[in-house]
Amino acid sequence: MNAMADRLYFRRRLLNAVSLVLSGAATLFGLFWLVWILWVTISKGIDAMSLQLFTEMTPPPGQDTGGLKNAIVGSLMLSSLAVAMGAPVGIAAGTFLSEYARARKIGEVIRFVNDILLSAPSIVLGLFVYTLVVRTTGTFSGYAGSIAMAFIVLPVVVRTTDEMLRLVPSQMREAALSLGIPQWKVTTQILYRAALPGIVTGVLLALARIAGETAPLLFTAFNNQYWSTDMGGAMPNLPVTIFQFAMSPFAYWNQLAWAGAFLITLFVLAVSLLARTLLLRKKTHHD
Amino acid sequence: MTDAPITFATAVRSAPTGAEAAPSPVKLAARNLAFHYGDFTALRDINLDVPQNKVTALIGPSGCGKSTLLRIFNRIYSIYPGQRASGQVLLDGEDVLDPKYPLNRLRSKIGMVFQKPVPFPMSIFDNIAYGIGHYEKLSKADMADRVEAALRQAALWDEVKDKLRQSALGLSGGQQQRLCIARAVALKPQVILFDEPTSALDPIATGKIEQLFAELKQQFTILIVTHNMQQAARCSDFTAFMYLGELIEHGATSTIFTKPTKQQTEDYITGRFG
Repeated sequence: MNAMADRLYFRRRLLNAVSLVLSGAATLFGLFWLVWILWVTISKGIDAMSLQLFTEMTPPPGQDTGGLKNAIVGSLMLSSLAVAMGAPVGIAAGTFLSEYARARKIGEVIRFVNDILLSAPSIVLGLFVYTLVVRTTGTFSGYAGSIAMAFIVLPVVVRTTDEMLRLVPSQMREAALSLGIPQWKVTTQILYRAALPGIVTGVLLALARIAGETAPLLFTAFNNQYWSTDMGGAMPNLPVTIFQFAMSPFAYWNQLAWAGAFLITLFVLAVSLLARTLLLRKKTHHD
Repeated sequence: MTDAPITFATAVRSAPTGAEAAPSPVKLAARNLAFHYGDFTALRDINLDVPQNKVTALIGPSGCGKSTLLRIFNRIYSIYPGQRASGQVLLDGEDVLDPKYPLNRLRSKIGMVFQKPVPFPMSIFDNIAYGIGHYEKLSKADMADRVEAALRQAALWDEVKDKLRQSALGLSGGQQQRLCIARAVALKPQVILFDEPTSALDPIATGKIEQLFAELKQQFTILIVTHNMQQAARCSDFTAFMYLGELIEHGATSTIFTKPTKQQTEDYITGRFG
């Protein structure tokens, strides 16, 4: 009896050890590449860091000075407009899903379609906007770029808003409605307040997501080697600049591409950290 | 205990004894009330009179429909698709289930406190002021008075008067529940529904809330769902026993707990099931 139990426990311990080693190894394998990518980006990027990056324009071929000022400003403008367009629509749609379509078939259908949009290849979105906006207006433009990126922002924000609102306990809705307050007021004044950190986090994650997107910009905002804040024309931006500079034969361009990659990585890191802190604050706030 | 009959209908029929309470007018009444979750009939043929300025307790085993019944009175069930009530609920003789009866008016007259305390994610002061502001435009000073009065009525004022601007989420569970009571009281409703208000609280917090009922009933008509029979016995003037979606027996609390007329009631209160 005792020996049998011993054997049983030994087998369990052995199984436990084996699965621990296997899952640990898988984690290490995944992390290894991630760390490698980050390491190369940081080491090469830091070498290329200088104040010039922020004060000078992208250089013509063969020149050994210059920065990324136009691309940085362009990217910020494109991303801001994309979030400004995608986030409000996404929040409204997420609210509809959570508050008005909860137990209805249409809600399930929209959620499903939204998940498809969420995983749609971004180049498809780029081509879609190319056909829709660039072909009809006859010109590459910052607006087209922002619209393409807004299509990436939209499903992320829809999903997080929907999920964050559904996390608000239904008792909170009942308590507010039982005071005789109409549903739109309950949603905008109480539920949004309860879900705010989560919703903002969704918007920030969407911003992080589009910060490095190249594909949707290739056919829409295109790129611009010069200073331009005219959203009606081709706009300079970091991802496409990195794409072009990295593949060029000029050493200084290559170096700028590393610097750009590093900047985007830093930006995404900062935004993600901000999103994290917001969510953490929400947690301690509610317990 | 005297044998003098009491004035409200069901109690007269089922429990003519135990009428130590002075006759009080019927504030809220259910008439042939039924309730359906989709195809499932959760309540059938409920007739209940709730006397004014008294505490009426609904007791019964889990799933008997007592919370369902409570949630009909302010039509809070109507936010969920597929749930519907038929029959009548009379508030001062007016049928509140009539779709023409404005929901807003109904809920300003019938307040509700839930099982789980759910303060709004705002300050203690704003939790109370928010509901008031929806109905009345008050000056700052008047609003402060109203908030203080509500918090005093809920016996919470002394504990929170120095931190009215702090988030209500920082209060303890018992304090949060009293805040929710204050929030309901602040609208000056006529009836307050309590849905197992103490089941998430510790004994001390529960005791504080039970003490409140005696004071609140001076001003409000109180209907409370509880699965705690001692609580019903301690706090209520009248008790209704429900079982499997039906109202089995209703009468003065002392009668129900000492001389129930129905076998099922006796089985339940003596702990034979439930």
